[in-house]
Amino acid sequence: MSDAISPDVTIDSRGATCPGPLMDLIGKVKTLEPGTVVELQTTARNSTTDVPEWLEEAGHDLLEIEELDDEWRIYLEVN
Amino acid sequence: MHRVAIVGGGTGGTVLANRLADELRSEIEAGEVDVRLITADENHVYKPTFLYVPFGKKTVDDAKRPIEELVDRRVTLTIDEVTDVDTERKRLSLAERATELSYDHLVLATGATLEPEAVPGLAEGGHHFYGPDGAEALRDELAAFTEGHLVLSVVGVPHMCPAAPVEFVLMVDDWLRERGLREDVELTYTYPINRAHGLESIADWASDLFEDRDVNLETFFNVDEVDPDAEVVETVEGKELEYDLLVAIPPHRGSDLVTAAGLGEDGWVDVDRHTLEATGAEDVYAIGDTADVPTSKAGSVAHYEAGVVADRIASRVRGTVPTATYDGKTVCFLEAGMDEATFVEFEYGKEPYVREPSKPLHWAKLGYNESYWLTARGLL
Repeated sequence: MSDAISPDVTIDSRGATCPGPLMDLIGKVKTLEPGTVVELQTTARNSTTDVPEWLEEAGHDLLEIEELDDEWRIYLEVN
Repeated sequence: MHRVAIVGGGTGGTVLANRLADELRSEIEAGEVDVRLITADENHVYKPTFLYVPFGKKTVDDAKRPIEELVDRRVTLTIDEVTDVDTERKRLSLAERATELSYDHLVLATGATLEPEAVPGLAEGGHHFYGPDGAEALRDELAAFTEGHLVLSVVGVPHMCPAAPVEFVLMVDDWLRERGLREDVELTYTYPINRAHGLESIADWASDLFEDRDVNLETFFNVDEVDPDAEVVETVEGKELEYDLLVAIPPHRGSDLVTAAGLGEDGWVDVDRHTLEATGAEDVYAIGDTADVPTSKAGSVAHYEAGVVADRIASRVRGTVPTATYDGKTVCFLEAGMDEATFVEFEYGKEPYVREPSKPLHWAKLGYNESYWLTARGLL
């Protein structure tokens, strides 16, 4: 987990292929209040491009993308 | 005695029962194996037929046959609803049966269920072609639709037959042209992610065709709500789209049985993608839409998975090591209009090559739809 960011909600999409992680995120974000910080765990490299693109489209804030061994943690704040 | 219980009489369950009846013929006749297929529906339904119903090319009756006619006589057919799965005690509860049913090998083939009510206003404002009632209602609506904005919106992902929404748009475009109405109808296709389909090659193929045929493409379009009175779709991205006829692919969910048994979230069974064995219980498999694997929820997938699980169970029955595995093989015909189609074949992690659409491939698709009943019997 990122040292600076403490997520309120964690979505584990590891093992899901693209666009599974993005769809998991969209489904969850619909249910969350503004200000909620979300961590998306993914092993799909494409998530590092399509998730930020969707966040911009939907008006949510990308906080950080953390790269680990063969997986990524994408942090965002719901607006 | 090895007792094999298969829950669900769709493509996966029916093909599997028939494959096992053939593979384990001598063991069944010797009383060493019982293969039981349990389904609540007396009819087997071939869902791809519904795509043709709105255009008057098929009827909903073309999609179904009594399951009794399709299942090998060596299979014990039980028409009943499974109400509980206990994987610890290896027992099933049935609605019409006083005592529980024990199994040694369980295969869940419980399919996907449409859930339009998951999106406010969708059931009231939207049409679909994913079931008999929806397809017939859409047929009547489409026959009377002569002008306005037709929106095809993929609302729920994952959904059955991922190619069908693209096929519908290309078919309706052609159908309206044939009837001299296309200039009076605006067509829009919407998809939840940043392209027209989950698979990039199909997305590229569809996007080019949409441009050629004057079909609007809206991406990152995740429907939040439908206002049936105002005829407006609202998205989580803050967009609004007015429609005169909304054809939507509703959200899908798996089986409550699966969730209650602790085998997976949202009713899809967590499985090893190659062995199709459930990760949460011993001697439990899942095939077809029920199995949570990274490929399409399609009939071809259920068909190929059934073959793999038949081989694995037959090996277990014979005391040998199962070696058959599923590599994600998926085959789909895609209609590109009313008289042309293409064909894709792929496996896990591979992008399909989309061939140039042709009339022979359209005829092949129609021909396969007729010969499907041989597939259900485990013969093709």
